[in-house]
Amino acid sequence: MKALIEFVEKKIQPNFEKGGKLHKFHRSFEAFQTFLYVKGDVTRKGSHIRDAIDMKRTMFHVVIALVPALLFGMWNVGLQHYRAIGLEVTFFDQFLFGLIKVLPLVVVSYVVGLAIEFIFAEIRNHEVNEGFLVSGMLIPLIIPVTTPLWMVALATIFAVIIGKEVFGGTGMNILNPALLARAFLFFAYPAYLSGEVWIETSLREGQQLVDGFSGATPLAMLAANETEQLPSIIEMFLGTIPGSVGETSTLAILIGAVILVATGVGSFRIMASVVLGGLFMGGILNIFAVNEFMATPAYYHLVIGGFAFGAVFMATDPVTASQTPTGKYIYGALIGVVAVLIRVVNPAYPEGMMLAILLMNVFAPLIDHYVVEANIKRRLKRLKKAPVKV
Amino acid sequence: MEEYVSIFVRSIFVDNMVFAYFLGMCSYLAVSRTVKTSVGLGFAVIFVLGITVPINYLLQNFVLGKGALTWLGPQFASVDLSFLTFIMFIAIIAAMVQLVEMIIEKFSPTLYSSLGIFLPLIAVNCAILGGSLFMQERNYANLGEATVFGLGSGVGWFLAIVGIAAIREKIQYSNVPAPLRGLGITFIITGLMGIAFMSFMGIEL
Repeated sequence: MKALIEFVEKKIQPNFEKGGKLHKFHRSFEAFQTFLYVKGDVTRKGSHIRDAIDMKRTMFHVVIALVPALLFGMWNVGLQHYRAIGLEVTFFDQFLFGLIKVLPLVVVSYVVGLAIEFIFAEIRNHEVNEGFLVSGMLIPLIIPVTTPLWMVALATIFAVIIGKEVFGGTGMNILNPALLARAFLFFAYPAYLSGEVWIETSLREGQQLVDGFSGATPLAMLAANETEQLPSIIEMFLGTIPGSVGETSTLAILIGAVILVATGVGSFRIMASVVLGGLFMGGILNIFAVNEFMATPAYYHLVIGGFAFGAVFMATDPVTASQTPTGKYIYGALIGVVAVLIRVVNPAYPEGMMLAILLMNVFAPLIDHYVVEANIKRRLKRLKKAPVKV
Repeated sequence: MEEYVSIFVRSIFVDNMVFAYFLGMCSYLAVSRTVKTSVGLGFAVIFVLGITVPINYLLQNFVLGKGALTWLGPQFASVDLSFLTFIMFIAIIAAMVQLVEMIIEKFSPTLYSSLGIFLPLIAVNCAILGGSLFMQERNYANLGEATVFGLGSGVGWFLAIVGIAAIREKIQYSNVPAPLRGLGITFIITGLMGIAFMSFMGIEL
């Protein structure tokens, strides 16, 4: 291992240093080098100015936390497919099918996104932004498995350039890039992101769909007030239901949440307040209960659709969330409230989580502004009460 | 009562003046540098919209509309003054803006000087005239509904300008590419905010 490091530093690095042949590409070299092992220096600018840890490592914690949801998502893709065609196959076969379907999404999102990151880093001469390590993993997890690959690429390009690079790169963006990618797809190609898209149903010769196959997500069933076929709460908690690749299993997401909170990367304040906000709004709607969706118990909202995934991995984005502790509570609670409200009240969109988080991303700086103002006012008051003796 | 709540919420979120119709952009872009001044201008717009829309409603229904002058006598039933709509609405708005200007100058000279030319320019802010014209087009049933609509539109515009002002204060520290600094990035942010506000589109109350 040591020999390898020495080889890189002695033989390869000089080419990229000032005066070397490949100095033009030294940003790209740096990115690959630190990807393999940590150099002595840490990132000095950007989103994590309060911590000594290298940004790449911070981001990697999130990627590790995403692994349970990813693996479960792969298996679930296979499970749903074989259920739809009524075939009994082994666990391994189901997983393999999901792997083949999901891996291209992940690869495309990473290759396209990182290519843009590298180009911008070279042109604008800043360090390569490692933030995309997370976004690139999030994008395939929040879209249906049937999304065409060129669409994934297009959405990634839009999200990285318009959502992030025009603001100056990681740590400066206003909206969560992964969610922006999904919103872009949602509004540009609505047919590919709603309806019967959640299960891979391309058939080989001799196969056919089972009778009564619907392929609707629990959320769509609830929105249409058809609750007869609704899966049980245990199924929805475990995640063996149709949905975006990584969002179905609340259990896998909870494991991720534990990792995030334990390593101190994700904000517990935000996660908790999103859940409480959702429960609160669900409870209020329960009181009115005009239709069946409103009468659905509030805790159902936590396990269906992308609520849990959004609360754990999207709302806690350290860049686009509120920065102040009090602000985080307000921000989180409003996400929960708006998400449930859009789900139940707005017939145009069955899923409200994505738009709720984007909306609160927009207002997060405002929340921070007023929290800081309030702090200043309180301290001025304290100063007046107990004047400093000179 | 339900009707009022519905109109109020719709005019703030669903039919937001800035994000749904892109009205009132000039002062929205020009004054949104700091939260403080944009709060001031936001309140001024709420005030002007909240007063001009109901006044123009009365004007529309008792003077300008077809047959609106019937209350003077049956011989006026066929009089249609609607060709005067624009000039009358603008006159009312200009008068109200003068009033707001005097009030602000009296009570908050600092805000008055920081708003500068954009305070009298509220008179030609398209969101204000837009509010009155939407009121005319949507045929609100009574004075109360028109007032609620005016206030709601104002609150929606207020939210938009205060939201973008906070974002612009935040991105002062960002490494935005030089050609995009200032207005360019503000347009992009407005578009992104519009995407976020699409969450309310389609809500029927």
